[in-house]
Amino acid sequence: MSDHRGLLEVVDLVKHFRTTGLFRTTASPVRAVDGVSFTIAQGETLGLVGESGCGKSTVGRTILRLEEPTGGSVQFEGHDIFSLTPSELRTLRRRMQIVFQDPYGSLNPRMRVGRAVAEGIEIHRLAPRAEIPERVGSLLAEVGLDPDAAERYPHEFSGGQRQRIGIARALAVEPVFLVCDEPVSSLDVSVQAQVVNLLAELQRARGLSLLFIAHDLAIVRQLAQRTLVMYLGRVVETAPTESLLATPRHPYTQALISAAPEPDPTVTRSRIVLGGEPPSPSAPPSGCAFHPRCFHPKKDTRCQRERPELRQVGDSAAACHHAE
Amino acid sequence: MTAPVLEVRDLRIAFPTRTGDFARPVDGVSFILHRGETLALVGESGCGKTLTSLALLRLVPAPGRIEPGSRLDFEGRDIMGLDADELRAIRGKDIAMVFQDPMSSLNPVFTAGAQIIETIKAHESESTKAARDRALGLLREVGISDPELRIDQYPHEMSGGMRQRVMIAMALATEPGVLIADEPTTALDVTVQAQILEILDRLREIRGLAVLLITHDLGIVANRADRVAVMYAGRIVEEASTRTLFEAPSHPYTQGLLESVPRLTGPVQSLKPIPGTVPDPARWPAGCRFHPRCPKVMARCRAEDPSRLALADGHHMACWLAEETAR
Repeated sequence: MSDHRGLLEVVDLVKHFRTTGLFRTTASPVRAVDGVSFTIAQGETLGLVGESGCGKSTVGRTILRLEEPTGGSVQFEGHDIFSLTPSELRTLRRRMQIVFQDPYGSLNPRMRVGRAVAEGIEIHRLAPRAEIPERVGSLLAEVGLDPDAAERYPHEFSGGQRQRIGIARALAVEPVFLVCDEPVSSLDVSVQAQVVNLLAELQRARGLSLLFIAHDLAIVRQLAQRTLVMYLGRVVETAPTESLLATPRHPYTQALISAAPEPDPTVTRSRIVLGGEPPSPSAPPSGCAFHPRCFHPKKDTRCQRERPELRQVGDSAAACHHAE
Repeated sequence: MTAPVLEVRDLRIAFPTRTGDFARPVDGVSFILHRGETLALVGESGCGKTLTSLALLRLVPAPGRIEPGSRLDFEGRDIMGLDADELRAIRGKDIAMVFQDPMSSLNPVFTAGAQIIETIKAHESESTKAARDRALGLLREVGISDPELRIDQYPHEMSGGMRQRVMIAMALATEPGVLIADEPTTALDVTVQAQILEILDRLREIRGLAVLLITHDLGIVANRADRVAVMYAGRIVEEASTRTLFEAPSHPYTQGLLESVPRLTGPVQSLKPIPGTVPDPARWPAGCRFHPRCPKVMARCRAEDPSRLALADGHHMACWLAEETAR
């Protein structure tokens, strides 16, 4: 059973990227993440959704300090991640791991799968040398691969199998927290379902906490108890996943759900087709960043002037002046 | 039903393999596309859907080739028998294509307008001024606001969705009868995807276009296509009206696909994946190509290749179960 003490606490996370080009010395920074806060309890899966460029992947990378933050704080098991020394960080990295979207790009093509999975165990000295092959074998079995996979190279596997290898590698160091950054988006649907089910199973069996980053709400629904919706570097809504889907409060969440293609011709949702595209995060619109595309009947000049903060509306917290 | 514009019979595409043999990534595909309808060709990566669409314009990349015996008819004309000039006249003029990645199909050093105007003038003798006016009209038709501004912009100054609109405008420039859209929204965000699909739908309706929508996403098919052909391992395994396919999917592969897609409505259920992976075109399994992954496999499936059988009017599948049902 999960206890509700926050395992991970993110407060006001900010990550800006400086863009300097050949002919540009001073440019306004890209505000990839602009004040994001959330907590994840032990054994909980939090979904993080949004469209490309909304900053969701940067959130995942920054809380693991794969990117240096611009501001804010992250507490993990009581440690302040951003003030750790490199050696303290290395120790803690064992507890928090990441699974990437591209299983091809995250495995060394010249390293046998068994070695790739064993690497973390050796670095962190988690088992005596003699026991490592056995550990690797049971990890491969846990993610649904044959034991002989250890002797093969990544190119001998399909995309879905490679993603299983990526997961085994992350689990090898016995993390309690896993960031999954679009782990199934490059897989075919029939295989995608296998990996989603595997993650759900592992989460339950190991009591893992997950930050599950995706653009596909239907997949997030399979795994996450709570979901956070981001738009242009900020959280626009957060709620228990089922409430979010049943009664989305923020107009952007409503549009996102409405646009999600459902494989059922009898489902006739009111179709909200948003105009325009997400603006650039280096020049976000004033006030509510969503206002140029917003279709809310009560949209007014306040939306252009004043940035809405998250406030409780029913089960949700929504950053909209007019959410009800 | 309206007149067929495009008829594909027994299309086979062969690629030589390193062992001196041939792989057939497309192996006996047949379908008919009618005026004013959207036919979706659905399947996972490697099923042969993109090669099929390229074959319609004889654009199969070398060393692949369309095998003799394949028939491709466009409005009664045999595409296989055309010479290079005749083929060029059809490509882009009567049958237009829109690809997944508009950035790689647009020329980065020319403005959007220049590329549309060039397309118009390549097929029709029109003055530049008249062509520019038509280009503006087309940009407006595909929902680009500020066409006067956008027409003089370069592809890199535009967002992904805007570039895809320009591609569609360019495809429409010669008033084609058939539009082949190969994963036209896969690279786009869902809110933008909805806009592009809406445009394709409107064009089909207003212009009476026949649209061949190639996609891996059953979700976008459900609300946009009139008919669906499901491809697996180089063949069409089931074809039906969209409604029928989703309400009464009959081929075990179609059923498996539908059950493995997560949904936003209804109770959350754990997904039922199809075990195993898509086979390699150089080594299609014997018998029914789906048999190693099929939950309903019978002895016969391992040895004999099922032929296409009708289940009802307009509903076909290639599966031995169809014969059981018919009995």
